[in-house]
Amino acid sequence: MAAYVVRRVILIALVLVAVSILVFAITTLLPANVAYLILGPFAQPEQVHALEHKLGLNDPVWLQYLRWAGAFLKGDLGESTLMNRPVAPLVFEALGHSLLLAGVSFVLVAVIGIGLGVVAALRHGRALDHTVSIATYLGIAVPEFFWAIIIIVVFAAWLGWLPASGYEPLSAGFSAWAKPLIAPVMTLVFGHLAHVSRLTRSSMIEVMQSPYVMAARAKGLPERVVVLHHALRNALLPAITVLALDFGRLMGGIVVVETIFAYPGLGRLVVFSIQNRDLPTLQAAILVVAAIYALANLVADLLYAFLNPKIRFGDAA
Amino acid sequence: MQLEASRKPLTLQLKVGLAIVGAIVLLGLLAPWVAPHPWDTISMRTRFLAPNATYWFGTDEYGRDVLSRLLMGTRLSLAMGVGATAISLAIGVPIGLASGYFRGWVDEALMRSADVLMAVPPIMLGLLFLAVTPPALWKTALAVGLVYIPQIARLTRSVTLSLAGEDFIQAAKARAETATYILFREILPNAWPPLIVEASLRVSYAILLGSALSFLGLGAQPPSSDWGLMIAEARSFLDRAPWIALAPGAAMCLLVIGINLLGDGARERLDPRLKSRVAT
Repeated sequence: MAAYVVRRVILIALVLVAVSILVFAITTLLPANVAYLILGPFAQPEQVHALEHKLGLNDPVWLQYLRWAGAFLKGDLGESTLMNRPVAPLVFEALGHSLLLAGVSFVLVAVIGIGLGVVAALRHGRALDHTVSIATYLGIAVPEFFWAIIIIVVFAAWLGWLPASGYEPLSAGFSAWAKPLIAPVMTLVFGHLAHVSRLTRSSMIEVMQSPYVMAARAKGLPERVVVLHHALRNALLPAITVLALDFGRLMGGIVVVETIFAYPGLGRLVVFSIQNRDLPTLQAAILVVAAIYALANLVADLLYAFLNPKIRFGDAA
Repeated sequence: MQLEASRKPLTLQLKVGLAIVGAIVLLGLLAPWVAPHPWDTISMRTRFLAPNATYWFGTDEYGRDVLSRLLMGTRLSLAMGVGATAISLAIGVPIGLASGYFRGWVDEALMRSADVLMAVPPIMLGLLFLAVTPPALWKTALAVGLVYIPQIARLTRSVTLSLAGEDFIQAAKARAETATYILFREILPNAWPPLIVEASLRVSYAILLGSALSFLGLGAQPPSSDWGLMIAEARSFLDRAPWIALAPGAAMCLLVIGINLLGDGARERLDPRLKSRVAT
């Protein structure tokens, strides 16, 4: 097991290095001239040359990459070309906002998704099961940005209950802080419920038909104990793995959701930096998202290995 | 196996899927002839009309008929889905074949590269590819196609692995056939059924990702009637003219549901052991 964990962690680290090369390679292709961007449209050619020299833009690409990656590892993410501020605090502030959004949504997805799946499985083949199945089929088909539109139309434009966008710091009071969060969280939850609940449903149905559940029932255990203590434990194994993957998916989903709701997180920062050709910010933001996504995948793999006795006790491949 | 399958009656799932996708494809192809109004004529006198007998789905902020724009946009969405998936297949299938057949360092190198691409959320990868050029719809389709190469390559690889040990491959090797011949003439024809099912489901992913990128401004540009762009443009008028956004959104959901029904139905038909798709 330990060897397996170490191997996986090393692999993830290598993958992230490769991702950083990819990000650097693509963003270096950007036609925008960084020195020109910093100095503005009235710069003299000599000034541009001097700054290019100072920034090392005339060095070979691999040297530029090493310099950038080295600084990155030391925590220096560069300077935003648009806002003339260091990128690091910018990115980490946005990361905090995004993690809040993704974290709250994640908990709700887990609780509601597993709950729906279990209920549907216990009512297998009845009206409630069919309703949940159809609803989750719809959930997969509706893109996040359309969920957001529906929620804005219903709750902001029509009912007037929620603000359509924005963000308030916690210092403005709890309800002022929580209110703008509701709509984006709802969007993310609706968009991601389907996978978890469908998986929980199918594995729960399978487990409920297994001999050991029959044995537990034959012992005369109350149905509640059979479901919660015997069946659910095993049925959750695939759901937990998919949940860890879902956290990664949520980090992708925030791009659209944050842009629509004008929520100051990483996703909006990425879109904003692309629109404004702010390379250092773009590079840092994408790398941070990739790191979280990769970590979520790692956690999914490790959880699966840890929860599955066949891998835990076997020769970890 | 395929012969056997074709004798089975169509399931309800397949029938509904076929009906939805068929109707949308037909409407898309016939769009210029069935659209009740011109899709791009600006008319200030007909701005923001709610759905009525003349304009079934209402009009937008430039007085253009939403239904006609929707119908023309159908073509763009279908082209995005099919085009992007074709790109994923064209690059992903050869990679998967080589990876699964040659094994060893070829496999290792190709699959670790796939890991790198899969380490970035699809939408971020799409944004990254598109960040470097001025936006255009064909570039978005290309980016979406590139994003989904690893998934196609992995599936092709696993199918190839399972076929590589079969007798007819051993026979081909014994006949000293070239690797190219074995890969494309022996393995590929037998790998098609699962690949086609996967590809059809990928079309719906591609449509969703492509429209999300268009929505973010990195796809079709005005005055195009791409569905993602239509929704993006309608965002400012949600309080007084929600139909401008709801119509293309609902159309997209219907198309994706249709494709998923078709793909899931076809998958169960080809391989009844597999339950319908749960996770990606």
